[in-house]
Amino acid sequence: MAFWVSQTLNALALGGLLFMLASGFSLIFGLMRVANLAHGALFMLGAYVGLALVKAGFGFWTAAATTAVLVGVLGGVIERTLLRHLAGRTLPQVLLTLGLAFIIADACLMTWGGDPMRLPPPPELAGAVRFGDVVFPRYRLFVIFASAAVALGLWLLVERTRAGAMIRAAVDDVGMARAIGVSASTLFTAVFCLGTALAGLGGVIGGPILSVYPSLDQDMLPLALLVVILGGAGSLAGAFVGAYIIGFIYTFGQVLVPDLAYVILFLPMVAVLAVAPQGLFGRRLG
Amino acid sequence: MTRRMLPFAVVLAAMALVPVFTPSHFYVNLTSQVAIAAIGALGLNVLVGHAGLNSLGFAVFPGLSAYLVAWLSTLGGFDPVSAGLLAIGGTMLVAGLFGVVALRATGLGFVMITMALCQIVWGAAYRWTSVTGGDNGISAVPRPGTGLLPLERPEVFLWLCVGTLALALIQLGRFFDSPMGVALRGTRDQPRRMSAVGYDVWRIRFSAWMLAAAWGAVTGLLYAWYHQFVSPHMMAVTASAEVLLMVVAGGAGTLAGPLIGAALVVLLKNLASIWIERWVMLLGCTFVAIVLLMPDGIVPGFGLLRAALARLRPAPAPKLVPRERADV
Amino acid sequence: MPTNTSAVTFRRTRSKASCKAWLLATALAAVCAAPALAQQAPIKVGFMTVRSGALAAGGKQMEQGLEYCLAERGGKMGGRPVELITVDTAGQPATTKTRAQELVERVRVDAIIGPLAAFEALAIDDYIRQVGVPVISPSAAAEDLTQRKQNPWFVRAVGTSAQANHALGEYAAKDLKLKRVVTIGDDFAFGHEATAGFQRAFEDNGGKVVKKLWPPLNVADYGSYISQIPSDVDAVYAAFAGGNGLRFLQQYAEYGAPAKVIAQMTTVDEGILKSMGKEAVGVISSGWYTATQDVPGNKEFAAGIRAKYGADPGYYTAGAYEACAFLDAAVKAVDGKVEDKQALMKALREVKLDKGPFGEVALDPYGNPIMTVTIRRTEEKDGRLQNVVLKTYPKVSQFWTYDPKAFLADPVYSRDYPPARHLGN
Repeated sequence: MAFWVSQTLNALALGGLLFMLASGFSLIFGLMRVANLAHGALFMLGAYVGLALVKAGFGFWTAAATTAVLVGVLGGVIERTLLRHLAGRTLPQVLLTLGLAFIIADACLMTWGGDPMRLPPPPELAGAVRFGDVVFPRYRLFVIFASAAVALGLWLLVERTRAGAMIRAAVDDVGMARAIGVSASTLFTAVFCLGTALAGLGGVIGGPILSVYPSLDQDMLPLALLVVILGGAGSLAGAFVGAYIIGFIYTFGQVLVPDLAYVILFLPMVAVLAVAPQGLFGRRLG
Repeated sequence: MTRRMLPFAVVLAAMALVPVFTPSHFYVNLTSQVAIAAIGALGLNVLVGHAGLNSLGFAVFPGLSAYLVAWLSTLGGFDPVSAGLLAIGGTMLVAGLFGVVALRATGLGFVMITMALCQIVWGAAYRWTSVTGGDNGISAVPRPGTGLLPLERPEVFLWLCVGTLALALIQLGRFFDSPMGVALRGTRDQPRRMSAVGYDVWRIRFSAWMLAAAWGAVTGLLYAWYHQFVSPHMMAVTASAEVLLMVVAGGAGTLAGPLIGAALVVLLKNLASIWIERWVMLLGCTFVAIVLLMPDGIVPGFGLLRAALARLRPAPAPKLVPRERADV
Repeated sequence: MPTNTSAVTFRRTRSKASCKAWLLATALAAVCAAPALAQQAPIKVGFMTVRSGALAAGGKQMEQGLEYCLAERGGKMGGRPVELITVDTAGQPATTKTRAQELVERVRVDAIIGPLAAFEALAIDDYIRQVGVPVISPSAAAEDLTQRKQNPWFVRAVGTSAQANHALGEYAAKDLKLKRVVTIGDDFAFGHEATAGFQRAFEDNGGKVVKKLWPPLNVADYGSYISQIPSDVDAVYAAFAGGNGLRFLQQYAEYGAPAKVIAQMTTVDEGILKSMGKEAVGVISSGWYTATQDVPGNKEFAAGIRAKYGADPGYYTAGAYEACAFLDAAVKAVDGKVEDKQALMKALREVKLDKGPFGEVALDPYGNPIMTVTIRRTEEKDGRLQNVVLKTYPKVSQFWTYDPKAFLADPVYSRDYPPARHLGN
């Protein structure tokens, strides 16, 4: 019993973390049809910047918020100066975002060195809680709730606000949205900022669990892609459900069939895509 | 020899003559690596440039065939040539199976499903240590070679690679000009229309997939013989991304693009790194610069440049770039 | 990083200015006493490190160890100046092979120190056999490199993956009196071999390994593995490399640390210890190098590294230093005549050092060092985490107390060999 409870909690925490990672990617893809392959690198950059701020004496929460803003601004700059010219051209976008991922990763290595570093959780969330036989880290409980809060916030933003209505309109039909007076240009930049800010925030939130090290980007990018594809690209609900499905499959798969630890994530994905190529919640993509 | 072939012939001849110009095996071996990478990039270009199917898992084909030939010619006890033939056959078999799954998707779905398939084979190579040696890989892979064709000598091996590259260029050049190649580009640009006028889109895509897999398998064979070592690293996501970058940087859909892209990546990685310590940064900056200056890649970029120059001059300039993308 | 910049600048200039100087020197050599001048030409040492990607931290520590060693010798070996040519393998086997070709075919080095990872060493194994260049490994620990696939051109300055873990296995059973242990280790050859060595010696001394866990090398989260550790075992044996030890111990502490931890050396290596917190305190591990170990020559070495780089030396720093010291000793033994590669290699295989970070070291007939192994406990001392020596095992070989012939007749250590007979007990 304790086994199932603690593994379920593990799965929820991992799923939450994956949602933090994948939601920004999904948001950007949904609106702009840009597969931002620098997303993993921005996540890692967030973790490094957050750590640097914590080391400089800022509190964890200040560091997380500042990092989100900084990475978001960087995202905005990338969108305005580079991506802007490549609308609708998949291959140049791939080349650009992968090139940026190389640059960001190597810059992190140059700035912070290759030593893996730990990002301590805020003191009020250190340690473990114990109920019955189950011991579970307090910080992971926080991640479970924080990711749910982020999901709720995003949902409210998209479904209940004017900006959200514009985003939804532009996702459905950019041309028509423009025609009725939505400034797609501002909207694109805003969403790109938001998406990259989420990556940066995810990096700081994930830091205490994952620790901060070079090649964190390469470890995380495939997971983000998996979540998005399984759930359906561009759909927040898809990213949410996809993240928790992956969290559960990963956690229980590694425990119950350790021999398949490496393929456990990819087999269900192949199965899902073979049946529903657009993912669980996705709409048909060209 | 047609005019279009001339630049290719010159480049290939120059590559083959590298051993004459330099006594150092290093440059000979580097040229072999360019040739091997170019064959792979040409294979992927069938999918990316002509079928409009972007794959982030192309390394699975070289990976499978390299592992097969490595295992067969070491533990399996086959001689290198039969092992090589069996490896290509085996890779094609698996590729056929994978194609049935992967071609159900297009767009981003295809990108991901190819990545997933590659990761599954990577995982098997990594985990199944009793057969694959895990992360330590398989070493001491023998090169084939007889008294007449001593492939253990770098220059002879280079000629094998350049010869194979020439074959790939000829075969793919003819394929792209053939009705099949035109139909393939049709499925890229207008799949519904193609289907409406009676083409079997799936079958055309499947043929392209198998063609790409075949040249991928050849790349893997040469890779295994060149390095005489295989390990799971050659199937990592970054390895697949590298091939994709070669194609896109050079110019997807062109015949010369993959060759130029392969040369660019291999030389930046292995030659520029001699002088520049942060070569990963350099690689990233190069990609960004290419996107900014010539978003469609080097070959189309120069094509446009030449066209612009030609408009300034009265006489039409001779066509240096072998073929433009039909849709540019 | 003075070493690499100097190497790079030298190579940049050689094509222009130094080329003339070199021609002049050759011309002079023809006129003057040729042999004397040949002795003064620099010895070219290729150094394969990692500066990009996941393994860059270890690469940097290796560079520091090597730089320190060369500075200590005034940039000379056996009276000849040393030209160091540093290359970045990026931790990729294919790149490693190309870099090795660059060193051998383009630069024409006299010897190579490197590479870092075992799979890199294996990727160039056949190549160095073909071209016959002496290679000294400063860190690659794969068992078979000096066992079933030993290479006449390869010696190792560090131990095998399992070398120190045999000792830990005996210590855990005899001194710590542990009965039932769960192992958890990185799912790659280094983790497999280390765990196998521990398990063999532990079970031969009456212990039982009741469960073996293998999280993938790039696993996102150890939580699901830690939850599988039963609360009634005596200890957890952890075999992690790189940054994974840091992540594992941190998460293990977050889950309330269900059992005491004993560990393979890189899990709590000095190179990573500086990034760790209280969770590492009390971990008992074994290794052939500990910054605090009391062997002839280590006190000066550890203090020197600390003064120069502000950090305790660990696995990679000491390994690279020792590889450099090996080469120095061999060059001295051949009177600086490194051009005779056979003689240099013979001298390398007969290297005996009486002091240094590892203390007294000699190579066994397979090219692997026989050296002191210590059992240490991680403690907080002088405001930082340090490994404090509990027990010393002198003259430990890669075969431990087993007969080499019988040892080599068995399969190489792996995830499933030797088989664990007590799983689930």
